[in-house]
Amino acid sequence: MRANFIFSEVWIGLRRNLTMTIAVVVTVAVGMALLGIGLMINSQVSKMTNYWTDKVELSVFLCQKDSAFESCKGKPPLTTAQKTQLQQTIEGLPEVAKVEYEDQKAAYEKFRRQPNNKVFLTVIQAGDLPDSFRVKLKDPDKSQAVANSLSGQTGIANIVNQREILDTQFGFLGKLQWMALGVAIIMVIAATLLIANTVRLSAYNRRRETGIMRLVGASNLYIQLPFVMEGVIAGLIGGVCAAVLLIITKILIFDGIQAYMAVPLGWDTLAGVITFTMVVGVVICILASFVTLRRYLRV
Amino acid sequence: MIHFDNVTKVYANQNRPALDHVSVDVDKGEFVFLVGPSGSGKSTFLRLVLKEERPNSGTIHVAGKDLSRLSNFKVPHLRRRIGCVFQDFRLLPKKNVYENVAFALEVIGKPRRFIRKVVPEVIELVGLEGKAHRMPEELSGGEQQRVAMARAFVNRPMILLADEPTGNIDPATSIGIMKVLDRINRTGTTVLMATHDAAIVDSMRKRVVELEDGKIVRDQSRGVYGQAY
Repeated sequence: MRANFIFSEVWIGLRRNLTMTIAVVVTVAVGMALLGIGLMINSQVSKMTNYWTDKVELSVFLCQKDSAFESCKGKPPLTTAQKTQLQQTIEGLPEVAKVEYEDQKAAYEKFRRQPNNKVFLTVIQAGDLPDSFRVKLKDPDKSQAVANSLSGQTGIANIVNQREILDTQFGFLGKLQWMALGVAIIMVIAATLLIANTVRLSAYNRRRETGIMRLVGASNLYIQLPFVMEGVIAGLIGGVCAAVLLIITKILIFDGIQAYMAVPLGWDTLAGVITFTMVVGVVICILASFVTLRRYLRV
Repeated sequence: MIHFDNVTKVYANQNRPALDHVSVDVDKGEFVFLVGPSGSGKSTFLRLVLKEERPNSGTIHVAGKDLSRLSNFKVPHLRRRIGCVFQDFRLLPKKNVYENVAFALEVIGKPRRFIRKVVPEVIELVGLEGKAHRMPEELSGGEQQRVAMARAFVNRPMILLADEPTGNIDPATSIGIMKVLDRINRTGTTVLMATHDAAIVDSMRKRVVELEDGKIVRDQSRGVYGQAY
């Protein structure tokens, strides 16, 4: 009886305010989809950070004959004994886990095997690539400190800190994430205002009914529930649309760029994101409805 | 049943009080006319009984409850014991007679079986048998007011408030309305009726409370509308 009555009221309200209902659905859908995308980027970035920081190493390139680097000018390349000594120095640093020596031949092999380098192979020969030490660190966060302490050493041409390369990439993703979240917040605000307005219109449309309900002693919950349910149902439909958008985004975009990301974004993460955005959407609808009703349906 | 003790009500942004130190007692089962010119405080009196307004000073007891101590949460329960009828009927235009009356019970969560039993009885009590499926626009003013009275009475309230119930109705039809109110009063329901209609007050010979500028100027059992008429 009760449920029956409330649902018929909800249906009437949604139908009478069809344009506003559609506006709410669309805004909630877009807002929640953007929020979801922000969260997906976030979890992708943190997965990648974990994956890559484990693999971060310092590449310490050594001076070659006629090396163009400033630190090598006028100095002969290191002898084998000097190289061994330098390796020991690096190994002696407390932050260093492991040092591997990579000579010109090995470097060229590695270079040749990477498909992206095909074009360069016509001009680059084995002798062009320098010898290097590949330094693994105990704590990837200390990479800059290690690089700094090594940079003055004789015979070192330059040091490439892979961490810096990663940081630029993560920085870009981070900006994307904040952009998505920023737009999501604006959409959430818009959705809140729209829902408030819809509920207000709905309350105005049915002021006769609610007036009589108040008069005959219907409880506040009974008077307000149909309006709140209207908001919730519109929000839920919006949430479902957002979920569809998020699934499409995962399949088309996140799965598409998987090759560069190295770590896949699983369906479990997506399910979590969808659940979260749904809950946020519905909670916003409930709050917006209640706050509006407190002003327009006072006892 | 209704007890006003030294009640004053001043609306915001107004200097003159709508009710000025009003004390009045209405017993269970009484029929009371509230008379006086427009703006004398009759409607304010009724709104205070319903706790739609709060007095600035003084205490109001309705059905044994001190309204100032009644939490907002419990106001709906107070209103379930008070029926209301207005000059403008306030029916729902898209519902028929039966649905309009049933609405009052649906929204307080009464079971369907109860509604099916009670609504036809009340429709008969107000003299609308056979018209349960008419829409409000198909009814005369007097008939619409009967629907409103059926709706006000269907939950068997202890008090029935009527604010100018005959204000939109011609004198001949008004007599019928008053008969229904009298019938409701005979079931033990306290009736409080605000009115301008001197002829009705004079013919009923019930208690009359006259208000003027927010003050009670006369409280007379078996009274008439006014000496001047």
